[in-house]
Amino acid sequence: MDAIKTQQVTFKVFRFNEETDYLPYYNTYTLDVTHEEVVLDILNRIKWDHDGTLSYRRSCRHGICGVCSIKANGKGILACKTRLFDLVETFGSEIILEPLSTKRAIKDLIIDKKDFWDKHAQVQPYLVSDIEEHPALEHLVSPHDAEKLLEADYCIQCGACHYSCPALAINDEFIGPAAFAAAYRFSADVRDEASLERLHIVNEEAQGVWDCVKCMECAEVCPKEVNPIEKITKLHNMVFEANIAKNNVATRHAVGFAHSIEKHGLLDEGELVRYSEGNIGVLKYVPVALKMFAKGKIVLPWNMPKADKLDEIKKLIKSSSTVKF
Amino acid sequence: MEKLKYALFTGCTAKESTPEQMMSTLAVANKLGIELVELTEASCCGASHLQDYDDFLSLVLNARNIAYAEMHGLTMVTICNTCQLNTAMTKHRLDHNAELKAKVNAKLSEVGLEYKGTSQITHFLYAIIDDFGLDKIKEMVVKPLSQFNIAPFYGCHNIRPSELQNETHKGHENPYKPTSLDDLIIACGGASVDYEEKNKCCGFHAELQAPRTAAILTGNAVAGAMDANADWMVTPCPLCHLKLDTQTHHASVAIGREVSLPVLHMQQMVGLALGCSAEELGLKHHVTKVDFI
Repeated sequence: MDAIKTQQVTFKVFRFNEETDYLPYYNTYTLDVTHEEVVLDILNRIKWDHDGTLSYRRSCRHGICGVCSIKANGKGILACKTRLFDLVETFGSEIILEPLSTKRAIKDLIIDKKDFWDKHAQVQPYLVSDIEEHPALEHLVSPHDAEKLLEADYCIQCGACHYSCPALAINDEFIGPAAFAAAYRFSADVRDEASLERLHIVNEEAQGVWDCVKCMECAEVCPKEVNPIEKITKLHNMVFEANIAKNNVATRHAVGFAHSIEKHGLLDEGELVRYSEGNIGVLKYVPVALKMFAKGKIVLPWNMPKADKLDEIKKLIKSSSTVKF
Repeated sequence: MEKLKYALFTGCTAKESTPEQMMSTLAVANKLGIELVELTEASCCGASHLQDYDDFLSLVLNARNIAYAEMHGLTMVTICNTCQLNTAMTKHRLDHNAELKAKVNAKLSEVGLEYKGTSQITHFLYAIIDDFGLDKIKEMVVKPLSQFNIAPFYGCHNIRPSELQNETHKGHENPYKPTSLDDLIIACGGASVDYEEKNKCCGFHAELQAPRTAAILTGNAVAGAMDANADWMVTPCPLCHLKLDTQTHHASVAIGREVSLPVLHMQQMVGLALGCSAEELGLKHHVTKVDFI
């Protein structure tokens, strides 16, 4: 049997009681941890051996209920699934344990997830289908059709992506990666009949998929490998395929790339902004554009570089395009 | 060591809004004795937006770019994080899905091309760190950046998703604690500055659609570096560079605080340490004046 490896680790734990504290503070505990322990074991040891008032959520201990999600040194984790030694390897021997969102803390590591559930509710996260109450046959979904969900149904609603999303941290209206993944999960289900309704919801400016900053953090942080950004891309595609894309700055910005590549092979940066914003909207960029021009950062239309073998690119765009706008 | 040789995918900004990035890439490659064969046939990668409109078209165009690197029998080197992500993502998807690869190749065959999957794709940052070697760069430093506190700004698309990125990085960057750029700063003789936003988003990709979000993210990044006493910032991504260098006015208004720092491309920083001149590195092309040289 392998010898049990131990290491001394210092834990700085976020403490706050909404009912009695004006400001949060951190308690420090130094413990010997073994290579077998996960973060939840440590939280239990702190609570049972050091301070019974420490509050956190826990339930299944098997990475499936999603309630024990917290942040360790800024990284969203499931406490029950994350080995201490892995954290120490990344962050060193001082581990900072905080709630997923410090501004939504109720007590210590417990947060109010109302905003998370509200966003979910917004996208109708359930199957909408007119099914007979007493069907003669089972309503089977073929393995091929089940694959279309792209494992979006693996989401355990832990909130790790939601509370790590920089777009959501700034824009309260933004629906966010977890609810987008749910919107995709049900819209991609062959039995569902509310796909178009959901697509209209995610197609709205400010709240919809267009405000995603494409930082890829939701894909990185997800403990179940749901890859929400992949579903966000799919929702973009479905909006165009359903022919409900509005003619606005966000849609034109995506479509503008195809136009530019067809013309030059490369992106015409100035033309992309003009096409996306329109002839009047583009005027607000004039002050920055003038500064950039003075520094040799703007290529004038008649000097726009072109890719070699542009005929090849034009041909491929003609033959490989799958959507129209 | 055999001379390093790569197929260079410049991306669009190197030809347009960040000419200094192209200049400094060539200057550094020249100093290090790295041969770069420019893929002049390459198209735009779609910059993470074309695939929102037409995913298949984006795959075909990126596969075409990679096919040209394959024809040279070379690893493709990118100098833009988003080019890196889009190209590496295309490679990953085609290499793991025979049906999709066949569909893409059916299109490429119309122009006499084929995507085989034989070329690796790596960002120039990792090419010089992993393949050339930090120690060797360190030995070649003639003008150490010893008087500077330098804030690394990694840029999302070089570090996330790590599962994809680490298929090509030998260094195995952890996106929650990336080290490559810090190590490079130290190799160039500078002091690397630690701050919360160094692995965060600059907001570039939402600039038109969500200008307030984008401006606040830019502002937070520059403010974080300033508060950590950085003299300047450095980034491997020209898109981050555009945001941090040219958009500080909007960023300052958005966060209610005047923020501004000179921002260098990773190649410019290495070039300075290797003794390249300010002219060679195109420092005059910055909107936020590089006032320390």
